[in-house]
Amino acid sequence: MGGVTIQLFIDTRSGQPIYLQIYTQLKENIINGTLKADEPLPSIRNLAKDLRISVITTKRAYDELEKDGFIYTITGKGCFVAGQDISLLQEETLKKIESHMLEIARLARSCELSYTDIIEMYGDVHYNYGGKRI
Amino acid sequence: MNNNAITIQEVAKSYKDFQIENFSLELPSGSIMGLIGENGAGKTTLIKLILNMIRKDSGTITVLGKDNEKELTAVKDDIGVVLDEPCIPEYLKTKEINKIMKNIFANWNENTFFDYLKKLKVPENKTFKEFSKGMKMKLGLTIALSHDPKLLILDEATNGLDPVMRDEVNDIFMEFTRNADRSILVSSHIVSDLDKICDYIAFMHEGKLLLCDEKDLLLEKYGVINCTKEELQKLDTSAIVGKKKTPYGINVLMERRNIPQGLKISAVDVEDLFVFMVKEN
Repeated sequence: MGGVTIQLFIDTRSGQPIYLQIYTQLKENIINGTLKADEPLPSIRNLAKDLRISVITTKRAYDELEKDGFIYTITGKGCFVAGQDISLLQEETLKKIESHMLEIARLARSCELSYTDIIEMYGDVHYNYGGKRI
Repeated sequence: MNNNAITIQEVAKSYKDFQIENFSLELPSGSIMGLIGENGAGKTTLIKLILNMIRKDSGTITVLGKDNEKELTAVKDDIGVVLDEPCIPEYLKTKEINKIMKNIFANWNENTFFDYLKKLKVPENKTFKEFSKGMKMKLGLTIALSHDPKLLILDEATNGLDPVMRDEVNDIFMEFTRNADRSILVSSHIVSDLDKICDYIAFMHEGKLLLCDEKDLLLEKYGVINCTKEELQKLDTSAIVGKKKTPYGINVLMERRNIPQGLKISAVDVEDLFVFMVKEN
């Protein structure tokens, strides 16, 4: 592994498949830039052994990441982070936010919260998440 | 050469009151397989068959690419075996054991031997007679690991160990299989041990292989639902893998894809899966 250390947490009791936990966490690290393009990932076998999980599990996580274009494999050398089209990822994120907002609007209407109530609530959330007080 | 550390094809062996019939199993190179079965399921018999310690009636077994009856001697140095207790003269200490093993195994590595002994806290100044059950097992494991084997076969090996020690042994197994051409076959009835570290799980029951699959797939494939008697009657009986009745409801193990929508599915672990399957059979 290169200079960057990534943190991976496996929760065997969460009920979420372990390969998916690895997939999600690595993907997050790639999107937020902790893992940069062309950076090597731990080998499938070593990652499995370090996390004390099955090799098949890590292989599956890597396969999924590769299928979705987040990593690429060079035979004999291992897996590397693929360069990401940031604007595309951002667009994906924007869509996600939009769908969450629709949900907020729906919930707000169901308990008759006004536009200003919601904005006020978001101000608190924003502040608690480390943003400026609005 | 195929890529299996062990290939068992349609092996049969019968005794007066017990038989293994039409038994096939493959251990892919580089992986850990847990062989799970209750006492008397035939795990030890199977392991002895693999090692040609007892002769099979029919079928073929290939170990590290060699037929186990004709060519096993060629790969014997590459197999590390831990059966329930190592047979070692009682008055020997680890130093003397090292000397003996040096003459037995062509690729015996003293450094590895003493490193593992230190790591596993096996005493140097005690004779084998004075060892506890756990120490004996650890010594057996150390010997098995010290001649650089490609295949490790363990029969109920971690049973005598306390949880902390078992954990350390699991670490050793993980370290051992970091190298992709090393494999482990480990039998146990303590399922929770194997749950974590195995790539493949094989269930054995009354001499038969109930199932063998990738562990993760097994856990994803099956689920347990809690239902009432009425709900049970509506289920497709052929889809039920196992069930457990309590006065307050029935737990049913099924393949997830067969579970009707709307029922709450809880996840299974290897132990649940095994108990459900054996009870139903």
